[in-house]
This record gives sequence, C-alpha cells and structure tokens, in this order.
Amino acid sequence: MRWLIDYILEYLKSDLTPGGAGNLFWITVYILLVFVGLSVAVICMNWLERKILAHMQVRLGPMRVGPHGLLQPIADALKLLLKEDIMPAEADAVVFWVAPFIVVLAAFTVFVVVPFGPTHAITDMNIGILFMLGVSSLSVLGIVTAGWASNSHYPLIGALRSSAQMVSYEVAMGLAVISVILMTSLNAEGTGTLSMIGIVQAQQAQHTWFVFKFFPLGLIGFFIFAVAMVAETNRAPFDLPEAESELTAGFHTEYSGFRWSLFFLAEYSAMIAVSSIAVTLWLGGWLRPFPSFHGPEVAIPYFWPPADPSAPKGVLDLVFALFPGITFLFLGAMCFYNTARMPKHPLLKIQTIGLAGFGAVLALIGLILFVPPVRDRVGDIFWFAAKVAAFMYLYIWYRGTFPRYRFDQLMKVGWKILLPTGLVLLILTAGAGFLEDPVKEWLKHVL
Amino acid sequence: MIIGGILVITRKNAVHSAMALITTLLAQAGIYLMLYAPFVAGVQIILYAGGIMVLFLFVIMLISIERNMKERQFNKQWLVGIAAAAALGGLFIAVYTKGKSLFPEGRLNFDEAQNTQGVAALLYDQHQGMYMFSFEIASLLLLVAIIGAVVMAKKRI
Amino acid sequence: MLHISTLHYLVLGAALFLLGVIGVLTRRNVVIVLMSIELILNAVNLNLVAFSRYWQGIHGPTALHGQVFAIFVITDAAAEAAVGLGILIAFFRNKETVNIDEVNLLKW
Repeated sequence: MRWLIDYILEYLKSDLTPGGAGNLFWITVYILLVFVGLSVAVICMNWLERKILAHMQVRLGPMRVGPHGLLQPIADALKLLLKEDIMPAEADAVVFWVAPFIVVLAAFTVFVVVPFGPTHAITDMNIGILFMLGVSSLSVLGIVTAGWASNSHYPLIGALRSSAQMVSYEVAMGLAVISVILMTSLNAEGTGTLSMIGIVQAQQAQHTWFVFKFFPLGLIGFFIFAVAMVAETNRAPFDLPEAESELTAGFHTEYSGFRWSLFFLAEYSAMIAVSSIAVTLWLGGWLRPFPSFHGPEVAIPYFWPPADPSAPKGVLDLVFALFPGITFLFLGAMCFYNTARMPKHPLLKIQTIGLAGFGAVLALIGLILFVPPVRDRVGDIFWFAAKVAAFMYLYIWYRGTFPRYRFDQLMKVGWKILLPTGLVLLILTAGAGFLEDPVKEWLKHVL
Repeated sequence: MIIGGILVITRKNAVHSAMALITTLLAQAGIYLMLYAPFVAGVQIILYAGGIMVLFLFVIMLISIERNMKERQFNKQWLVGIAAAAALGGLFIAVYTKGKSLFPEGRLNFDEAQNTQGVAALLYDQHQGMYMFSFEIASLLLLVAIIGAVVMAKKRI
Repeated sequence: MLHISTLHYLVLGAALFLLGVIGVLTRRNVVIVLMSIELILNAVNLNLVAFSRYWQGIHGPTALHGQVFAIFVITDAAAEAAVGLGILIAFFRNKETVNIDEVNLLKW
C-alpha cells in the first residue's frame, strides 16, 4: 500500500501533463476522470436547466421525483434506456447507426486538451486550439449524416439548416480565436503559442485576463465568440433546426431511446467544450480573479501559508483559496434551509430525509475543502469549473429569455455582422499590439 | 488508409464513399502526426475533413441520386482504366526499387513546439520567409473560386 | 520493429495515388470521380510531407518547405472542390443525371 501512495505523491510533484510525460497509467486515469466528470456535469445540466428555466417562467419545475426533483435526470436516463429503438423503414442502416457516434466522438475528443490547471490536462498539444476547433467541426459531419440517414424530409431540412448554421459561425469563432492568439504573442520574445496551457500562462505573464486587454477589443472578441458558440451548439436563440414548434425536432426526429440520448449527451458536452474554450482564451482558465494582486503576506499557524514554498502567500491568496470550501458550505446551507421549508406531510418524509442527507454531503465536502493539502490542489480546478458553470447558467438564461432567430436572420448575423466585426477586430488588435510598447514609452516620457 | 481508399472507389452509394473518404482523411492526419507535422495535421482536419467533406455531403444530398445507384456503377472502359493504373503502378515499383538507397531516415526528434513557429517563419519572417507571394496568390485563388462557384450554381445570373 | 524510413511513406503515397487514378478512370458517378481526385491530392500531400521530414534531417529543424507546400495544396484542393461541385450542380440542373457518360454534347 505504501508504494501506491508514494507513487501517487511522486507523480503529483512533476510539472508535466500526463501526455507530456508519456505516462500511460495516468493518461488512462485522467481520461476516466474527465469522462465521468463530463457525464456527471451533463446530468447536473439537465436538472439545472429544467429548474432554472422553470423559475424564470415563475413555475416550479420537476418537484416530484426526488426532493425538489433532484433524481429527475436519473429517471430520464432510465426512460431513455428502456425506450424502444426505432429505425425508419427505408433508412440506410449503417449510416443511421454511425451518425450519433460521430457526433459523440467529436464532442468528447475535444476534452483531451482542455486545461483544468497548469499540469491538469490529459495532454497539452502545441497546436491545442487548432485541434479543438478542428474536432468540433467534425460534429457537423455527424449531423449531416444523421439527417440524411433518416430518409424523411423534416430531418433532412433540419440537418442541412443546422450544418449551414454551424459552418457559418465556425468562421466567426475562428477569427475571434485568432485575435486572442495574437495577444499571446505580446511577450518579450515576440512568439505566441497555440497550446491551451500556454495561452493561460500568457495571461498570467501579462497580468490581465484577455477579456480586459486593450479595452474594448478583448471584450468585443469575447462577445463575438460568445454569440458564435451559442450558434455553434444549436442552442437558443439559434435553435431553429431543432425546435419542436418549427421542424418537429429537426435532425434527430427519427432517433429514439438510447440514440437520442447520445445526441443529447453530445450537445451538452459540446456546450461545455466551447465554454471551456471561451474560459481558457478570454477569462484566464484556472487563474483566480485578480491573479497578480497578492496583498500583504499573512501567516496562520497550521493553516496558511501552503506547504509548497513557491506558492504565493498574500492575504488575497488566502481569501480566494477559501472560496471552494465556502461555496460547498453555502450549497449545503441552502439544502438545509429548504429542508426546513418542506411541508410536514407523512408522504414527504423520505424526501425530507433525502434532502437533509444531500445537504450534509455537500457540507462535508465543503469542510474537506478547507483542509490545507486539499485546498492547495483543488483551487485551479475549482475556478475553472466555476467559470464554466457561469457560462452554463448564461446558456440557460439565453434559452429562457430570447426569442428564436429566423433562419435568414441567423445567416445574416453570422456572415454580415459577426464576420466583418471579427476582421476589423483582428486588424485593430494587431495594431494595438504593435503600438503597445511605443505608447508606453511615450507615456513614460510625458508623465 | 488503404482500406478507406479502396472503399471510396468501390461503394455504390455515394454517401458511403464519402464516409470512407472521411476516414481516409482522418487516417492521413494521423500519418502527418507520425511525420512530426502537427500543424499540417490540424489544418487537414479543419479544412479537409471538416470543410470539403461537408461540401461533398451537401451536394450529394441535394442531388438525390437514388436512380443512379440502381444502375451499373463501373465504366464501360474499366478494363483499360485498370490496365493504365497497373502500368503506372509498375512504373512506381521500378522507380522505388531502383532508388531504394536514396532515402535514409532522419530519425531526429526535433522539438515539436517549434513546428508552428517554423511554418510561420517560412511564410512571414523577414529574413527567412519566401512564401509570402504564394500566400497572397492563394488567397486570390480562393476569391476566384468563391466567385466562380457562386456564378456556376446560381439559377439566374 | 520495422524501421520506418521515408521509402515506406512514399510507397503508401503511391498506393493511394493508384487508388485515386483507378477511381477517376473507372467510375461513372461524377461525385465519386471528384472524391477520387481528392484522394490523389492527398497522396501528393503525403509525399510532400514525407520529403519535408527527410529534408529536415539534412538542413535543420526549420527546413519545413514541404509542409508549407502541403498547406497550399490543401487550400487549392478546397478551391477546386468548390468549383468542381458548382459545375456539377449546373450540369445536373440541365441533364438530371450524374453519369459521366452522358457528358457528350460536344461529341462528333
């Protein structure tokens, strides 16, 4: 047993990702962790989406299945697994069977390069962002083949519309990404990098999240990417190809049961994937807010500073390091509050006990996250997950708020508004990056 | 990759051919990675597999060729075609067996992080770059292709 | 373990080229002929990148001319596929078939 703990601790001291170190065992462990984490995230998204949409529409959402509907996603998953698997009569069996797998493959392969921390990625390719853009464009292929293989006109039209939309907004996404990569090259050597970990480290070295750099250029780039990523994943308000009132669920009309759940899984994974691209490129990845302000140094015995001698020790670091634990304690407190508010009916006894137990688990996790060894390691992953969760909330908010774009309006926005703005943004960013040093010199002379 | 290529040219259904071509292209990207060319592999996946094949699939679906699938799929002069290809193959075999000693392998593991920088240096650098003109001409070619495709496929000019 | 030299990549490229040539010469469906042309261009690219690796071994790590050329070939293939498919759509609109043997309006 001792050698296992030693092996784990020995690995945790290295400063390479598992792919960089070529370590097959840890690669497999990380892949399994990402896979499980992604599935859990999709399940949580399902519940959160129904609850938040419901509360935005002044109703309650699922309340019956578990306490406050917490077990609803599990019921949904069971239903989808047990549903009958239909295939249309004239459909092409091979292509019909393969299409969901292509979409799921494209959506999950993106997570190979997503960085959760400075060494916490499955691998760090030096063409990371190029790889992510390319693989997410493979999902268009899956959608087109899914629509064609169903051999009926609603899915075909839905698939063609959906793929036209995705291809159009990929161009806008690419331009916004290029302007960010330009910004990474504004360091001393004048070379930028395409690797995801390198982009976050460039933000750390330049002491600013790229969304705030060259204000308002970073903000406009972020805005272009935010709009394009919502359109890329076929979500509201760009969900004409899959809206029920328009095309009877578009390209996945003829899919039922397990195959439909694969499309659903792929859609939510793609949402999380493009959100993590946006977080890495603009919002500073795993960096905490105000990453370069440390404040005066402070020391609390047995608690702070952290054991690693090179870690920062300031007051602001302490405050931001307490955030993970406080978040989980807050969630646990919300659960306990709702337990107290539950109506006192004998039939609801199991639900009340369940909710209290869930609250207790969350509070326990919060307390564990205060323990110094765990607290030091979990900070990066927590900030990354918190930012991606903020993006998920924005997705759900857009769905509840905006009306749907008509298809010609959608294409007009993609080609006539976002593309020229992206080009102008690229030129302005290049100009600003070129003029940054001379302007600083001039300001130093003047002031 | 060879299996994908064989499937491309032998399937009756054009969509099956297209899917075989997609697997061939993805395998090609893998071979580029084996040749220490990650940038070209990324460009291949984005442009070829994610762009050109989508274009092909669109056109196949817009032109429903159900009738065509029931006819014969090989040409009347397939024998001559295969004979010509066999002659070409014989030529290849002759060249490669005669010149086998000319290509030793450079088994030098260069730092992959410099690949994109190297490609960009060849394109854009002031002292090293020699492909800038071709770059501009390629963009002009793409513009001409876009205009040509739009003109060809319009219903009324 | 077989030592993979440049020759192996060249033979693979040649095999793909042959498959593409057979596809162009023997199929009746225009779309499949265009796809075989893409196969041929891919084989050429493979040769180029294999030679770029060989050249890198001789002239240092920045001699990536083959890869730059390969990127240009990919761009050209995209342009040519677009124009070719445009021609195909125009032709299909006139004749309602995608059979190559039917393109015989200029035959004497």
